[in-house]
Amino acid sequence: MNQMPALLSIITFTPLIGVILLLFINKNNHSVLRGLTMVVTLIAFLASLPLVTGFQTNAEFQFVEMVPWIAAGPFQMNYHVGIDGISLWLVILTTFIMPIAVLSTWTAVEEKVKEYMICLLLLEVGMLGAFISIDLFLFYIFWEVMLIPMYFIIGIWGGKRKIYAAVKFFIYTMVGSLLMLVALIFLYFKAGAGDFNLLHFYQVALDPGTQTWLFLAFALAFAIKVPMFPLHTWLPDAHTEAPTAGSVILAAILLKMGTYGFVRFAMPLFPDATEKFTPLFATLSVIGIIYAALVAMVQEDVKKLVAYSSVAHLGFVMLGVFALNQQGVAGGLLQMLNHGVSTGALFLIVGFIYERRHTRLITDFGGLSKQMPIFATVFMIVTLSSIGLPGTNGFVGEFLVLLGAFESKLRWYTIIATSGVILSAVYMLWMFQRVMFGELNNPKNQTLKDLNAREIVIMVPLIIMIFVMGVYPTPFIDKMNPAIDRMIQLTKTKQAARLQQQMPAMLPQAAPMAAPPALEMK
Amino acid sequence: MFDNVWLIPLFPLIGFLINGLFGKAIKEEKVIGGIGALAVLCSFAVACMTLFNIISLPVHERVHNVPVFTWIKSGTFQADVAFLIDPLSCVMLMVVTGVGFLIHVYSIGYMHGEEGFYRFFAYLNLFTFSMLLLVMGNNLLLMFVGWEGVGLCSYLLIGYYFHKKSAGDAGKKAFVMNRVGDFGFLLGVFTLYWWLGQNHGIWTIQFTELAKHAELFQGCTLLTVITLVFFVGATGKSAQIPLYTWLPDAMEGPTPVSALIHAATMVTAGVYMIGRMNFLYIQAPTTMMVVALIGGATALFAATIGTAQNDIKRVLAYSTVSQLGYMFLAMGVGAFAAGIFHLMTHAFFKACLFLGSGAVIHSMHHALHHCHSHDDAQDMRNMGGLKSKMPLTYGTFLIATIAIAGIPGFAGFFSKDEILWQAFANPHHGSLNILLWAFGACAALLTAFYMFRLVFMTFHGECRITPKAKDHLHESPMVIVFPLIVLAFLSVVGGYIGMPKILGELLGGIPNYFEHFLAPVFEFSEEFTKAHAHVAGHHSVALEWGLMGLSVLIAFVGIGIAFVLYVKDTTIPAKFTSAFPALHRAVYNKWYIDELYDFLFVNPCKALGNFLWKGFDVVVVDGIVNGVGSIVMGFSGILRYIQSGYVFNYAFSMTLGAVVIVAFYIFR
Repeated sequence: MNQMPALLSIITFTPLIGVILLLFINKNNHSVLRGLTMVVTLIAFLASLPLVTGFQTNAEFQFVEMVPWIAAGPFQMNYHVGIDGISLWLVILTTFIMPIAVLSTWTAVEEKVKEYMICLLLLEVGMLGAFISIDLFLFYIFWEVMLIPMYFIIGIWGGKRKIYAAVKFFIYTMVGSLLMLVALIFLYFKAGAGDFNLLHFYQVALDPGTQTWLFLAFALAFAIKVPMFPLHTWLPDAHTEAPTAGSVILAAILLKMGTYGFVRFAMPLFPDATEKFTPLFATLSVIGIIYAALVAMVQEDVKKLVAYSSVAHLGFVMLGVFALNQQGVAGGLLQMLNHGVSTGALFLIVGFIYERRHTRLITDFGGLSKQMPIFATVFMIVTLSSIGLPGTNGFVGEFLVLLGAFESKLRWYTIIATSGVILSAVYMLWMFQRVMFGELNNPKNQTLKDLNAREIVIMVPLIIMIFVMGVYPTPFIDKMNPAIDRMIQLTKTKQAARLQQQMPAMLPQAAPMAAPPALEMK
Repeated sequence: MFDNVWLIPLFPLIGFLINGLFGKAIKEEKVIGGIGALAVLCSFAVACMTLFNIISLPVHERVHNVPVFTWIKSGTFQADVAFLIDPLSCVMLMVVTGVGFLIHVYSIGYMHGEEGFYRFFAYLNLFTFSMLLLVMGNNLLLMFVGWEGVGLCSYLLIGYYFHKKSAGDAGKKAFVMNRVGDFGFLLGVFTLYWWLGQNHGIWTIQFTELAKHAELFQGCTLLTVITLVFFVGATGKSAQIPLYTWLPDAMEGPTPVSALIHAATMVTAGVYMIGRMNFLYIQAPTTMMVVALIGGATALFAATIGTAQNDIKRVLAYSTVSQLGYMFLAMGVGAFAAGIFHLMTHAFFKACLFLGSGAVIHSMHHALHHCHSHDDAQDMRNMGGLKSKMPLTYGTFLIATIAIAGIPGFAGFFSKDEILWQAFANPHHGSLNILLWAFGACAALLTAFYMFRLVFMTFHGECRITPKAKDHLHESPMVIVFPLIVLAFLSVVGGYIGMPKILGELLGGIPNYFEHFLAPVFEFSEEFTKAHAHVAGHHSVALEWGLMGLSVLIAFVGIGIAFVLYVKDTTIPAKFTSAFPALHRAVYNKWYIDELYDFLFVNPCKALGNFLWKGFDVVVVDGIVNGVGSIVMGFSGILRYIQSGYVFNYAFSMTLGAVVIVAFYIFR
């Protein structure tokens, strides 16, 4: 009831204020630059906590703000934001990860610190904005706002092949976004509702043919972002070249834009097309799970291995989402959060050893457990969470996804996907063994220092979340549930409504021969 | 009455947290070990109270669900953290906490001076916690938490000496093979939950609820599938064919771990799981046959390998695989109570054997270390004649060996004989019964043989250890010997609570207390069998006596052969080996099953991964992307003058593009 007015805007634009403040600070004064960014991200995080406490457990958008913004010709764009159970936790995830990401690059980035921090904060604005937008055009703007700082983070502060990785990232994402923009504008005219309000679009009934094209345009943008097989190859490069904070944000939050896009836009807006393409997307998800796991297994670079494991995890999310039932979608959403925490943590861990040894090759390590016991414990916990061991967060999401998918029409896909639990154990534990166990032979590893206080401070919140979400996920699921119900209902009701319309038309023909596929009926 | 049962798993969890978080700072071994052992002792005390409470209740009121909190709830699905207290879980509680406590005590002595002492006890307590969740969980998912948790602890403890590559490999192998089983377990949960909900509107994974609706499964066409995939889970956890190869390798872990996890408790989880869901298995005759056959075959197959191993712990490991096979044989022939009974007696004598072998290794290790010898402290060829050096260890070891060999009067005899009889006389498998019995009987012969081979090679004959080291051999301290004595005692008396009917009648009407106690758990299966049995069990008492006599005879024959080969004329084994070199090599190399699995699964997976990465990702997908990229680059060579590299330029061009597209729609 006591929902603070304009809270969402305050959270979203706090980083922007931070950017403005940063502009006035001497670029050589690194500690102030870092400190200020840290404070700003922390304020944003603290400001986002009332969202959880003030959130009413129902399906409505809450903390809504609506301000008319651009009125140009036939276009009416509003600054229309709000959150429901689906976006609530993603906003929290974003504000939660950001301070951790900032803290992680305290010593890693020494060049152009000012620009770097500005990029990080702009990125946060973009991500938060995209999660809270109800106006579709606003969503698109924030979506693009995210892209550019990330491009620079990879391209400027990245590793050896940073330009290649950045361009690849840019081209992939841009191709998707542009198609989405076209589809968005088309949809606007088709709907004729006079504004870009998502809730209005939800009510529009589109014919299946239109839906197919619009869905494909949206889905391409989102599938690239997820990334789904076979559109995933930008990810390993982007991850390996990006600095640690970039990888963490990329994995923990940016990838969620893709899956979020499916849940929020592509599926409920185009239910018939969703139904039509469910087999395709389920197939790609399952291929992604198995394929990425197999490829991860043979990686020589720890960071690439983690990047491929991301592809596999997101495959689970997509499978759950396309199951379109309570458990599947809830599992998918939980898995998005879990992946944010666990894979974010994994990239931080890779960053720790990279900072120490300036290599990420598995063969350069071995026996680190002896030298770095605290690190070993942290690494082990995060590894287990990534594997989805019961008691950690990874299990709850993965289990619900598989259960939901099994109950839906995707039963056979689920059986294959379930075998992913074996493969994830193989590649993660094998990597862990080669890095952490064995003899401490390499002289360079014999002088490694264990985690310092800053690094422990970074990891502790993540580890707490790993266990909290694994042992007591109820608050998360409870707050999501109504919104999930609505999303499923929106998608399924429209599917059912169209089927009912078609039934009478089909009946006369149906008698002599087998019923033609429903989608040829347009 | 049972409100406090959540304390049982809580104590070890607290122990784990204390030792895990602060063990390094505590440093003092006595304190760390004390905390670890005390935690399990407290659980044992509460478990005893629980058992007495259960016994004090009338037979039909012995099932209690004790909820703690809701764990996962989504739609119709709900999994609670809640505990099931019934006779079956009580038996398991006693085994886990009782034997577990003894092994904790033993570990204080055995692990003395090891680096990472605190880590060991933290893991051991975490294991106990997980195992207790497994046996107390009142639903499939909480059982699965324990199921995976024990697998994790097994992984951590096998890899305890993580600087050794072999230990790391063995840990990983155990975890991955267990995961293959878990894959089956999960599919079982999905199918079971979905089928019952879809067809009968009962959405549950809770054992008591499932049991209540057991008869609904009569018409379930998927029941065979459900029970089989669960059984896949059991083969992974309980090291049955085809997923048994991790257990022998697991001997890389410290010996108390082998005793606790890889003999007494964790590996029996699969047997417990089938016992817990007996009402499903009994209705799936095909699955029952598969379980019985796999169990019987594993019992025999593992025993053959056990005859040719020289590493004292490996012999015991194959022996464990074999004995677990007996338990599954019992489950598969519907003798659930007998299977659980063997689980319990096996826990006593096998823990005793492992701990005894640990005492031997410990002593050998110290002696060899003293004179800087690099001989293998676990190789029985380096032992011999330890009888006089370690009399208490020898005595307890011998008792446990007699028990496992199936000599009347000792615990193993009662449980094993019951299984063999049921394999022969059960009404489920018709003519297959003879084969099942033969599997069991042959395995019994081999068991008696390899166990006494072990005893003779280790404790009898000439001492083959270097003379210098010989003087340093000594009996272990009390903290190690005490658990041995208790376990040896249990290996004798443990059998009398489950006296076979004919023996009990002979001795003046002693009932089979154990079977009576468990009867409520297996009631449905009993009724079902009575109603559906193809042939009523018309086996004469004389036949039962005859078979019992035969199995005793078999045991003595096995011992006799071992005596001739390893005491009387010790040149025979070498002669035999040189006469059949191929056979010996095959058995010694465990029938090359590991190599076969590498060839069939491990290598192809790696090759496929490499191909997909370097072939598909890099060449195909990136080839396309880079191709597109270079076209764009070539094109942008012309346009590079407008590319300044500034953010606002990009933003500007993007907006411009958007405006153009928008304009197109407005003015078309």
